[in-house]
Amino acid sequence: MYVAVKGGERAIDNAHAWLAEERRGDMAIAELSTGQIREQMSLAVNRVMAEGSLYDPDLAALAIKQSRGDLIEAIFLIRAYRTTLPRFGYSEAVETGAMACDRRISATFKDAPGGQVLGPTFDYTHRLLDFKLAADGEVPKAATAAPRMEPTPHITEFLRGEDLIEQEPVADVVPGDLTREPMRFPAGRALRLQSLTRGDEGFILGMAYSTQRGYGRNHAFVGELRIGKVPVEMEIPELGFAIEIGEVELTECETVNQFKGSKTVPPQFTRGYGLVFGQSERKSIAMALVDRALRWEELGEDNLGAAAQDEEFVLSHADNIQATGFLEHIKLPHYVDFQSELELVRKLRREAQELAEHLAAREAAE
Amino acid sequence: MSDYNFAYLDEQTKRMIRRAILKGLAVPGYQVPFASREMPMPYGWGTGGVQVSAATLTPDDTLKVIDQGADDTTNAVSIRKFFERTAGVATTEETAQASVIQTRHRIPEAELSEDQILVYQVPIPEPLRFLEPRETETRKMHALEEYGLMHVKLYEDISQHGDIATSYAYPVKVEDRYVMDPSPIPKFDNPKLEMAAIQLFGAGREQRIYALPPYTRVVSLDFEDFPFEATKAEHPCDLCGAEDSYLDEVILDDAGNRMFVCSDTDYCRSRRDVGHTGRLGEQAA
Repeated sequence: MYVAVKGGERAIDNAHAWLAEERRGDMAIAELSTGQIREQMSLAVNRVMAEGSLYDPDLAALAIKQSRGDLIEAIFLIRAYRTTLPRFGYSEAVETGAMACDRRISATFKDAPGGQVLGPTFDYTHRLLDFKLAADGEVPKAATAAPRMEPTPHITEFLRGEDLIEQEPVADVVPGDLTREPMRFPAGRALRLQSLTRGDEGFILGMAYSTQRGYGRNHAFVGELRIGKVPVEMEIPELGFAIEIGEVELTECETVNQFKGSKTVPPQFTRGYGLVFGQSERKSIAMALVDRALRWEELGEDNLGAAAQDEEFVLSHADNIQATGFLEHIKLPHYVDFQSELELVRKLRREAQELAEHLAAREAAE
Repeated sequence: MSDYNFAYLDEQTKRMIRRAILKGLAVPGYQVPFASREMPMPYGWGTGGVQVSAATLTPDDTLKVIDQGADDTTNAVSIRKFFERTAGVATTEETAQASVIQTRHRIPEAELSEDQILVYQVPIPEPLRFLEPRETETRKMHALEEYGLMHVKLYEDISQHGDIATSYAYPVKVEDRYVMDPSPIPKFDNPKLEMAAIQLFGAGREQRIYALPPYTRVVSLDFEDFPFEATKAEHPCDLCGAEDSYLDEVILDDAGNRMFVCSDTDYCRSRRDVGHTGRLGEQAA
């Protein structure tokens, strides 16, 4: 009998054991190593690092293995681990202008100092299943060249000379940290960017796409997209100066957007900005579009009532760990609440029926 | 489990949460923002309650965890296990034995005492949320004590349905100031919100903590001609015969037979232990 069911504990233990077995799959098939995931599923690893807000490819690979390839579950594992880590301090801002670029393209200029570098991109592949991969994954060695030594300045810098693009004011304030302080609205751009870079790729993509289709359109060109490694420096209090503590791979996207000008500012181009861990092109472009859409107020543009312009709406729903948790919690028992709803609906129906009978009786009498 | 600090959270985080709790106790019914942490269980599954419990527990505490009034529902088991493992505290199913009780959706039937703390898991802490989705607006409404919208909603319920169509998470007014969501407890439990124990409410995903100090005045919103009414299924418990407890309805077969049983499993068992029995009590025992 249901009421007498005890042993939720045993059910949970058994479910976990079954889950572990399912994760491993057919024992006749070789087990996947985390090294294989890190090297051969690197874009999944990148997504887990970006949305998990923790740059550690080995841990991300482990999380993907443990989560059976469910990336949101993997991101959750990384987030839960991340919160337990002590906070030593904050790094210096990374200098993306000094990035060692694997890929660097601009859609606004045919060529520019630093050149157009396609890098390892899916862009011009024909999406045909490669059945050779099913047999063996050996690849011929790709051509190499000596790395270019000259600097690769940001494309938007070239627009600055003529004052054609807005200047980002240098802010001396320490940006907030949404993992340490509760989010408050209005959040401001620094917190918005933090929220977007760890936000769900699908959600940010959908929001960005909606601006392209007219819900808060902002005419974005990809001024520049660059992917590569940058050194991370941190000031060590005992030393009194910053030292390099490692390097991270980043994708940075700057969009150049039309701006008709306002009462105080002449017409010029404005920017949207995306910066994401790893090779995460789709995410960083989408992030830049959403960032630009959210800037309507500071630029004196109209609020068109578009979802992507609504800071509270976007930031409150971008986090997939919050979203999936709350969505999936409705499978937990709710029978106490449901019982009170049952009683209410029964009562309302009883009253409605009594009223109908009363009216019918009166009609018959008349 | 020596890898984690006592009760999982680090001391800095606990201090931050305790400050929010103290502020909440000082301003009863006010939602205090706090920097909720990612917990090893999903948002929406009690992370707020777990963080409040973690910041509240001491090694000498005895913890009870209930979900839907029951100690043996899966998520209650999971949370109890979490604290057994990370805090090593004693746990109990007996309401009177517990010094800290974490709950989801119910207030225990047995009266709580001054040396107990009741911790609620809260999904949506904002009672005005479904009338006004924007946090920026609802905070203003609380600040200005602008609760007309809520009364209009209750009035519209009555005009459309002849009744206030809210049966759980029924809004209350605390000490004549803040309108508060008591978490999704059935409105049957609302009168119990005035109690001797400290009540703490934790909403992890929404990053809010609020509180009711002992003996705080808590009034369920209503109208003079439509007074608040705590309702339950009009049956006695089929196992222990209690007529004063909140009941779950259980479908027994596909012929439409059902039974009604106490949702508070400890209350039901302790009644049966001293000889009370209901319509189906003998067979079930």
